[in-house]
Amino acid sequence: MAGAAVGAPLRYLTDRAVQARHDTVFPWGTFTVNAAGCLVLGLVTGAVTAGAASSQVQLLLGTGLCGALTTYSTFSYETLRLAEGGARFLAAANVLGSVLAGLGAVWAGTALAQALWG
Amino acid sequence: MAVVALGGVLGASARYGAGLLWPTGPTAFPWTTLVVNVVGCAVIGVFLVVITEAVAPHPLLRPFFGTGVLGGFTTFSTYAVDVRRLVDHGYAARGLGYLAATLLAALTAVWAAAALTRRVLLALRARHVRRTGHGDRRTA
Repeated sequence: MAGAAVGAPLRYLTDRAVQARHDTVFPWGTFTVNAAGCLVLGLVTGAVTAGAASSQVQLLLGTGLCGALTTYSTFSYETLRLAEGGARFLAAANVLGSVLAGLGAVWAGTALAQALWG
Repeated sequence: MAVVALGGVLGASARYGAGLLWPTGPTAFPWTTLVVNVVGCAVIGVFLVVITEAVAPHPLLRPFFGTGVLGGFTTFSTYAVDVRRLVDHGYAARGLGYLAATLLAALTAVWAAAALTRRVLLALRARHVRRTGHGDRRTA
């Protein structure tokens, strides 16, 4: 639960910092936290599989930190807002981009964990 | 910041609790995470339409409930890791099915919840106008 107490504010701060630097309607903030959370969770999952991390670490960093850092609800709401605002292309790009970046980050994180501890 | 953290802990605890109540095995279809994400998307659809289009809420309500509770409850990282694990264990079709099903259900949920909430708000406003003969402060 300590992980979530860090993860949620970290998402809030990252979103604000990223959005402040991009003058676009594209939700880069949520995109960034989701991809980053996927990378970390891939790394943690890989470390647990390799025996380098305990299930407590998985709970703290995986369920808590990464679970609270990443979000599906804001992602879907922002996609809806883009589609409703007529930015259908951006809405589709957000869905495809987020899923591909998230999966890519998970694979990269797991591969990194295997290289480090495998 | 504290309200976001508190909300995040509550949301993540609820997700953790759902995982304990309805555990899914490593190669099973991750129903629990799917339902958690879809429910979170439906609730955010109702919540954000109400607070942006109907009522002027306390300024801390959105960070607490939207960013904190719902953000902590739903998860994108577990979703992506579950897809990878299924593919890795040789269940590629199940993994891709889960990927598509969550996406479709989550987007449908947020869209339907927002649309339904707007209809309810319109009906409530119309009833208010009929009763009082004038709109409320926000529509007048």
